[in-house]
Amino acid sequence: MDITGRKLFVKALQDEGVDTIFAYPGGMIIDIVDELYKTEGMHVVLPRHEQALVHEAEGYARATGKVGVCLVTSGPGATNAITGIADAHYDSIPLVVFTGQVPQNLIGNDAFQEVDIVGMTRSITKYGVTVKDRKDLGKTIKMAFQIATTGKPGPVVIDIPKDIQAKAGNPEYPDHVDIRGYKPNETVHIGQLKKAYKMLRHAKRPLILAGGGVNIAGAGDLLVDFAEKMQIPVVTTIMGKGAMPTDHVLYIGNSGMHGKYASNKAISECDVLFSIGTRFNDRITGDLNEFAPHAKIIHVDIDAASISRNVVVDVPITADAKLALEKLTEYVDEPMDTSKWMSQIMKWDDEHPLEMRRDRGLCPQVIMEEINRAFPQGVVVTDVGQHQMWATQYIDMPAGKKFITSGGLGTMGFGFPAALGAKIGCPDKPVVCITGDGGFQMNMQEMAMAITEKLPVTICILNNYYLGMVRQMQQIFYGKRYEITYLGKDLDESGKCAVNADSEPEYAPDFVKWAESYGAKGIRVRDVSEVRGALEEAAKATDAPVVIEFMVASEEIVLPMVKGGNPISEMILK
Amino acid sequence: MASKMKNRWIALYVENQVGVLAKVSGLFSGKSYNLQSLTVGTTEQDDVSRMTICVTSDDVTFEQIKKQLNCMVEVIKVMDLTDVPIHMKEILFAKIKKLDCLQKQEVYQIANVFDQGGSVEITDIGEDSILMECMLTERRNNELIALLKKQFKHVEVVRGGAVAIESISTSCR
Repeated sequence: MDITGRKLFVKALQDEGVDTIFAYPGGMIIDIVDELYKTEGMHVVLPRHEQALVHEAEGYARATGKVGVCLVTSGPGATNAITGIADAHYDSIPLVVFTGQVPQNLIGNDAFQEVDIVGMTRSITKYGVTVKDRKDLGKTIKMAFQIATTGKPGPVVIDIPKDIQAKAGNPEYPDHVDIRGYKPNETVHIGQLKKAYKMLRHAKRPLILAGGGVNIAGAGDLLVDFAEKMQIPVVTTIMGKGAMPTDHVLYIGNSGMHGKYASNKAISECDVLFSIGTRFNDRITGDLNEFAPHAKIIHVDIDAASISRNVVVDVPITADAKLALEKLTEYVDEPMDTSKWMSQIMKWDDEHPLEMRRDRGLCPQVIMEEINRAFPQGVVVTDVGQHQMWATQYIDMPAGKKFITSGGLGTMGFGFPAALGAKIGCPDKPVVCITGDGGFQMNMQEMAMAITEKLPVTICILNNYYLGMVRQMQQIFYGKRYEITYLGKDLDESGKCAVNADSEPEYAPDFVKWAESYGAKGIRVRDVSEVRGALEEAAKATDAPVVIEFMVASEEIVLPMVKGGNPISEMILK
Repeated sequence: MASKMKNRWIALYVENQVGVLAKVSGLFSGKSYNLQSLTVGTTEQDDVSRMTICVTSDDVTFEQIKKQLNCMVEVIKVMDLTDVPIHMKEILFAKIKKLDCLQKQEVYQIANVFDQGGSVEITDIGEDSILMECMLTERRNNELIALLKKQFKHVEVVRGGAVAIESISTSCR
């Protein structure tokens, strides 16, 4: 018996095992929304803005390993979602985003709330299509889930016109669809692996650079095993953070623009660089001509297009990180003697360890250390900016802990909603969101959703009254001309920043009162002595977020720092 | 490190669907690849289209372009025609206007010289205008246009972009 498109939509989600969907209603998806009302066992989350909606689905997907499912209406609902879709694209997060569309007879008429969302998102999705025929609906949804979750994961947009939702047709949802143009790589070239192994074996100063691909593939344990068996030190990108426990003896730290001195030195001095699951983003490489200048480079990535794009490599291997490491570990016979190399790296680390001055008020490093103490496990989510870099530098990552951040797109406003999505996906794990006063304000409306969903998430706002990352650049490279980076209230007559470093500036909003207005708890921390107590207090929450506003020193900067386009060996250290 | 910029040819089998042309061409604009020509038409299979694409690029960029095209769900197969024997032709219409009698004769002579067994025809003629239809290689068409522009003031040209197919036995291009 034929069923309506909207009924098939729900059946498809159920067959895919989807039990949580992030949805914001509107005229062009009201039929599907109505169907969800009648569906049991489907948790429909109502965010307060579609950008945040997609970030929530991203946080959910990252924390659970499942696909994040989004449902938004046509026009502004769809365009609001674009930033989130782009974020998921750059960080390879599996999402299926359903957008409502005006009925087909109105498409092209500039109808009310009509946009060509498939056209707009073409360059930031793995796949996107408007369903033009009811008979294709089931097949198209199946394709979306297959494409989003296999190979290099990513977002897929499925645009469903209103008439398709209402139209009756085939009730079947297929188990599998053959897609002739889509062949995710499921093998690894053994010859190349052997070549890579031989190259590593003969190295004097070998180094592993692990990226987000290792985390996505769930290959962290294999990486640790391989590194241990070979005795090769490991550095990570920020997306690769957590691939190896940060207290591991072979783990050095993050690399790149704000990476550790020893990590960047190790890359610059190694003779064989085994890179896995990274696309050699410019924030990692700095000046490409000076990147790993003494090294032969092995590059394992699931995406053939990521190989030899930015960095020309000696041994390219197109493969999933997990499969490659599994096979590679089979060859290992005995450990290499890397003790001299390791002690050189340790020496660099001793020369310039990660350390912040603690005499300038509430020090971000202290906050990170206390967060480590309060959250030894669970999920750490960051927003984008200085606090994010401090988190990537100082947050401890034992095995099993998750670190979620917007790495590729660097989307301010990501952190808070992503943390809420992570908590929805992992209600039994503690979730802490580390954010800045700027980024937090970009999606703070989600507090309403957090309250209605009863989500006890600890939100740590590092308030330095500035858009700190940009201000840091103004501070160092632009003569402290703090144009439009000051977020406090006390501007001078010309509208410029008038902050006095010795006193706490006036700030809007008052985050404590703001939190309380939602029925959440707010705590303000001004002194180092209050940090631990505040985090302990927050951990007691059971059914609502707790906002802790840390009044940190206003002109603190993230160090080390590599100026954009410079070699990563040239670090600003003071 | 960067190798020489030169023209390179790709044949592409794609899904015959709305939006695929936009996606493929969008790749070239979005990533600043230097697209020279792109033609598309249906094939012996109703649901498959074939594109012939010419880009100007260095080796590294060209490798990247092929990989990026391969990534697309809608792309079924990418074939590099740069260094393989192919047959390639491009249609060209050239309308030469405001000609006197002598000039008309000259157009006929040029057509004769460029003609290789029917590949250049005079398909229409008026009091002072001649329409030339050419089915030549892209390079030959370039040469013809250059010559016409040199000899005559009023030349209107429309060209279709090259289509190419792999040779069966010959090694010519």
